[in-house]
Amino acid sequence: MVEHGEIRVVHRGGSKLNFRQPIFTHDSRFLLCASGDGVKVFSASTEECVHHLLAHTGLVTGLSLRPSNQLQVFSCSLDGTVRLWDYTDGILIKTFSIGCPIYAVYSSGSHDGVLFLTVPAKDDKKSDTFRLVAVQLPQSPEQFVEAREFSAVLEDVSSNPAAVSFGRGGHFIASVNNLQLEVFFFKKQKSYRFYLPEDNKHGQKNTFTCTTCHPKEDCIATGHEDGKIRLWRNFNHKKEYTYSTHHWHHTAVGALSFTPEGTNFLSGGGESVLVQWRYNQETQKDFLPRLGAAISHISVSPDGCLFCTSHSDNKIIVIHSYIKISAVIQGLVQGDRIKTDLIVDPLSKALVMNGKPGHLQFYSLQRDKLLYNLDIVQQEYIHESGLNQFDVVKADFDTGGKWLATVEERKQNSAELELNLKLWAFDEQTQSFVLNTTVSAPHEDRVTDLSFSPDQTTLLVSTGNDGLFKAWTLTAPTAEDESASWSCDFVGSYHGLAPQCCSFSADGSLLAVAFREVVTVWSTVTWDLLTTLSQPPGDIRNLCFGRQSCSKYLLGTTDKNQLCCWNLLTCSLEWSTSMDVSLLLSDPLSENMAAFCSEAGCTDLFVFRPSEPRPLFSHKAVCPGRVLRAVFTPREEPLEGSEEQLQWINRSQLHFFSPNMELLTFSTKAEEDRLTASSKQLVIDDHVAMTPFYLLLGKRPQTDAREVAAVTDRVQPPQGSSAIRELLQTPAHVLPSTSQLCSMFVQSLLVSTADKREPTNVTEEEMESEKEEEDSEEEETSRVTAIKNQDQTRDPKDPGLTKAQTRELRQLRKLDYSWVGALVEF
Amino acid sequence: MGEFKVHRVRFFDYMPSGIRALAFNRDTERLAVARDQGSLEIFNFSDNYCQEKIFPGRDGRSIEALCWVGTRLFSVGLDGLITEYDLENLRPKYAVEAYGGPVWSISCNLQGNLLAVGCEDGTVKIFEVLDDGIQFQRNLDRQKGRIISVSWHPSGTKIAAGMMDMVRVFDAETGRAALRLLVERGVGAAKNKEVVVWSLAFLSDNTIVSGDSAGKVQIWDGLMGTLVRSHFITKWDVLALSVASDESSLIAGTSEGLVVQFQFLQSSGEQQDRQWVRTRTFKNHSHDVHALVLTDTAVVSGGMDTQLVVRPLLDKVEKNTSESELRKIIFPLKSLVSCAKKAGLLLFQFPGHLEVWRLGESEGYGKDGDRLSVKRKPEKLIHLKRKGEDHISCSALSPCGTWLAYSTVSCVRLYRLQQSGNNISITKVPKLPKVLCSAHQLCFSHDSTKLFASATQSSVIVTALCQSECKYVHTLQPKSGSQQPVHLLAPSEDGKWLATANTDNEVHVYNLKKLKLHCTVPVYDSSPTAIAIHPMSSNLVIGHADKQVFEYSLGQKEYTDWSRKLQKQGLHPHWFERDTPISHISFNPQKPSHILLNDAYMLCIIDQSLPLPDHKTRLCNQNTLRGLPESERVQHSHAFKICKRFQDVLSVSFQEDESLVIVERPLLDILSQLPAPVRQKKFAT
Repeated sequence: MVEHGEIRVVHRGGSKLNFRQPIFTHDSRFLLCASGDGVKVFSASTEECVHHLLAHTGLVTGLSLRPSNQLQVFSCSLDGTVRLWDYTDGILIKTFSIGCPIYAVYSSGSHDGVLFLTVPAKDDKKSDTFRLVAVQLPQSPEQFVEAREFSAVLEDVSSNPAAVSFGRGGHFIASVNNLQLEVFFFKKQKSYRFYLPEDNKHGQKNTFTCTTCHPKEDCIATGHEDGKIRLWRNFNHKKEYTYSTHHWHHTAVGALSFTPEGTNFLSGGGESVLVQWRYNQETQKDFLPRLGAAISHISVSPDGCLFCTSHSDNKIIVIHSYIKISAVIQGLVQGDRIKTDLIVDPLSKALVMNGKPGHLQFYSLQRDKLLYNLDIVQQEYIHESGLNQFDVVKADFDTGGKWLATVEERKQNSAELELNLKLWAFDEQTQSFVLNTTVSAPHEDRVTDLSFSPDQTTLLVSTGNDGLFKAWTLTAPTAEDESASWSCDFVGSYHGLAPQCCSFSADGSLLAVAFREVVTVWSTVTWDLLTTLSQPPGDIRNLCFGRQSCSKYLLGTTDKNQLCCWNLLTCSLEWSTSMDVSLLLSDPLSENMAAFCSEAGCTDLFVFRPSEPRPLFSHKAVCPGRVLRAVFTPREEPLEGSEEQLQWINRSQLHFFSPNMELLTFSTKAEEDRLTASSKQLVIDDHVAMTPFYLLLGKRPQTDAREVAAVTDRVQPPQGSSAIRELLQTPAHVLPSTSQLCSMFVQSLLVSTADKREPTNVTEEEMESEKEEEDSEEEETSRVTAIKNQDQTRDPKDPGLTKAQTRELRQLRKLDYSWVGALVEF
Repeated sequence: MGEFKVHRVRFFDYMPSGIRALAFNRDTERLAVARDQGSLEIFNFSDNYCQEKIFPGRDGRSIEALCWVGTRLFSVGLDGLITEYDLENLRPKYAVEAYGGPVWSISCNLQGNLLAVGCEDGTVKIFEVLDDGIQFQRNLDRQKGRIISVSWHPSGTKIAAGMMDMVRVFDAETGRAALRLLVERGVGAAKNKEVVVWSLAFLSDNTIVSGDSAGKVQIWDGLMGTLVRSHFITKWDVLALSVASDESSLIAGTSEGLVVQFQFLQSSGEQQDRQWVRTRTFKNHSHDVHALVLTDTAVVSGGMDTQLVVRPLLDKVEKNTSESELRKIIFPLKSLVSCAKKAGLLLFQFPGHLEVWRLGESEGYGKDGDRLSVKRKPEKLIHLKRKGEDHISCSALSPCGTWLAYSTVSCVRLYRLQQSGNNISITKVPKLPKVLCSAHQLCFSHDSTKLFASATQSSVIVTALCQSECKYVHTLQPKSGSQQPVHLLAPSEDGKWLATANTDNEVHVYNLKKLKLHCTVPVYDSSPTAIAIHPMSSNLVIGHADKQVFEYSLGQKEYTDWSRKLQKQGLHPHWFERDTPISHISFNPQKPSHILLNDAYMLCIIDQSLPLPDHKTRLCNQNTLRGLPESERVQHSHAFKICKRFQDVLSVSFQEDESLVIVERPLLDILSQLPAPVRQKKFAT
């Protein structure tokens, strides 16, 4: 077997947004969020993802704005590096190699050039104890820097980043771990430890969950397992420390944060309610209830206008400081567990699976965006633990994407099982699914599998634990005012055994249903039992027909660690191999099949063709645990053909869920390079968020400037906008005389004939000018000459105006200049 | 340990009354506690929170506030009187009419020469404290509405007065009202109700702290009259405030039974930048907290639920010591039960009446822990109402059950009980000796022929009883000349000795045959809480408030060898962890080496024949001993045998048939008789 170094398991699309606390940029316009192996930059106002910073090769575990330059951000990762980014342009500035996995990063304004990192206490990676170390960042012009000089600050800290917080002006650092609060004063180099008893007499847990420090006063707030919030004061005394206790939450406090001025603090937890407490008047509280899921992080923008909460259902909510939701950034909803298979909507190419309780979510992996949630159950979900409620357990699309079949069930107790089979028709007008038929209790017992026929006939097969499989077809309406609905066409059984799975052949003419250890093959036209196949011992777990050239093969896996391939032409076993396959699935666009095998606590992936027993590709240990959900998703544009082993991911991508609910996929080196390159190419006007809307509207004037100018007199020459802006934003008392400016102003309004620059040139130029600015810091260049850099093509000092120009100037004087104001508002 | 037949008495409906006011004297460390019925108690905090003195109440007297002036104690009440107390004779010394209607509050300036009282008619009256009384000096500007609370500025130049809806600041010299601080009313329906400023504190930095009926604790600038900060701490009333002596901390008590602490903390690095911050919350009461005291080391609170709670501040005391434990003082140290051991009668003392009960009888024998079936139920024989307005201060029943005596501050009454079959008759003994006008403690001799009564100046009056007469015999007077009252009397069974203990910690032993002082036990610096004379060896056993136990031989006039050994080795550390004092000592006539001690939560037999426990062994080892085989049991047993089966014990006494009478008053019974507390929303109910 061959290992392919070039293919890597990556987090791409649908990764967790709630893994770490999102942070606001200094101007509160962007939200930086660790997401899988990358960092996403969201616009706080439009919810749009502006940048995706990709370079880490491991999970990103922390973000921290650089205190000396608020336009840069540090990110740390389990890959042992800290990277410094320019998040406005999405450029990787520097990489610091630390050499051991990093679990959190902190920085503080009073410690310039020092980063505080949470790293394992011992060098071995399996260690459960962590320590906080300070790393002096070496001053070096190189891109890649080794920084291996640690000095330990605190021993035995929690790996949770919320458990460490810097106090007022970075004078001290507070760290909580289990039942201990430790405060370390940098000036005195002395630490104080405070302990709480394990639990009080009411049996409530006192364990610390999170901490945060007041920005202006000596006060530490800690959250606890029993829902209490303690405010610690006087902690620079060993004995005379004091705390006040505030109890509103009834489950553990998940997150705590002070507002920048320290007048309020926010807390959240499992109740999915954001609580705003008045500091020093804690009896007065404001609530923002019904946020949908437990709050795991809270962050506050530096100007205090916006709050942001991360939720356990992979959602970020941006909230105005007057406690009103302003934006919701929803990632792939990951509930407790996925009950449906992963399926791909043939129309939207979106990944479909359980989303919110009782819903199916449509998630576009290409755009990494939740499209919508389809309410299947159509009942109010009650947030109470231990309550059995309807949930979607099976779903399938037909090949055209016109029909969606769902099965929902509610298990009240062992005797009563409520089942509904629902069929949804796609409505072209509303572009969503409309309920067509509801079949209550389609089976007497749990539905084990649901499958549409792949050919154009509308045929649905469901198998149930009651020993039956049923075929459902769309029947013509009986009366005129009725529309077509679904009804049962055929009921099949085999010796009273319970069918576990079923599969249609590629052309839809054959149906294979597995009854315990017997595979029965039925004709879908006549509903005759054609043949039975069996390979005892072991019940069939998965059943899959080959596609395209391999459609004569039927593959099955058994729970006795067998993978069998039957040839349906000869009705005999073609080959079989012994492996513990947890999941078998076929690529709809090729003959390839993927088998996830669990071995020694890990899952290995094999990609093969049924016709040849040698695997095309194998990957050892893609993730720990068993993989139970995976899907092939078609690519929008196929990758260019590369090596033979990598061709299987050219047309479709394989996504799978690891047991700890991370959506992973396989990616080649070339693809990654392409992605990082494309992210760097983006040009950002640093005043307008780079949203698709901007790209649509903002680019047009550049390219179509001429046409627009022809149409109307009120031209908007975008090239001049920066000069005008500079002019209008500079305070009047530092501006040169008006006569000098006038010509430049007018010049800037003229449409340049020699302006056909490509966007790439602009980047270069901007980057150049940036460099120049850096260089010329000591040279004392005036403001005006700095502006000149922007328009090197013209000489603004030339005062001579042609007649045409003066005329134009006169015209301009009469014009309405309100649009200038509009520009400035950007 | 020995097995006893126990009469477990739970029919004593003793009901302590709620605490109304507290006053703490920081110099002498005495806490004065006023209860709803007008009774007063004084606790000595320097001596293990020991209850030193009890002033019985009186009908119609109510105490609203207390104030120490030096070592003098003043109280005011809704009867409109300012009362000073005679701390030696445990009675009011005099009462001065304030002429302002009911008086709500009293406060003394730091110099200790002026008293300010707040009256119903809206005046703050200043009284001058003279050596032999107080004298009205003048009125401050009269206000509309009653003055609920009064507080002096430490400099003595300003007085803050809490009223309805406002706080007034007066200039103490001119008597003019200087500032008017308007207190905001509650929200909602409470908007139309006047807000009452229940409590005030005037700090030396001119900060005024007020607690009001809208549930706020407000911090005011007393110079400018501006509100600095308002802490909303309860939906109900803030009833009491108390400030620590260094003014770095203050506590507020609420109607919900909470005590909230505020601390004056530095908010950032600078020394100047300090503010009052709400910190801890103590919940030790189920009902209103009416009165609070913040001592240097503890929060002392009392309220409607009748308990005095001493909650040490853990940052001020050593952790895990007897000092750091929470104390709840519920029962008085003075015994309210007396038992006629020969007749099987019990006398229960209530403030307004006495009850005599006959004990029940049971049959058969059982194993340890068995409940014997009751053959005859206990029976209430007599319900004797007192005469006059003064409450009963002490009472006694003679061992033979024929004599009953009680005393108030104004008179002593003696009754003779006669039992004939099931009938019982009671006759008052007329013509008591004139000298017997009031007693702090009463006691009959074992043969019921003498009545001992403790009187003024530590004296004990001995009277002889015969048939239906009572004759004065002698007054026993110690040579020390102590002014303090005798609070413990212990005659010996052979009638030869009488031991007395007074609040000056002196223990005197008198020879009753010669009617003169036999000896004085060396004075120990902790108050004796129980004394008894051994019937055979005539050794005097003394239990002190600090839980020390001494044995003093009356014959040799010195401590016995066992006592010396005990002192040398020291008591077991766990012995000191109990928070209630030894309330009674008795002896088992069958086993002369046994001393039976008890406090509210345990029963202990000290076997003098066994070795003393070493500090490493477990003190409370009865349960483990029971599990050991006979041979090893001897090896492990030590002198202290402790039984904790009985809780909330008021009295333990031996009957003649060697059964024990244990009177319990479960706390739940007391709680169930209290009025319902304020309604509180409890989460998930």
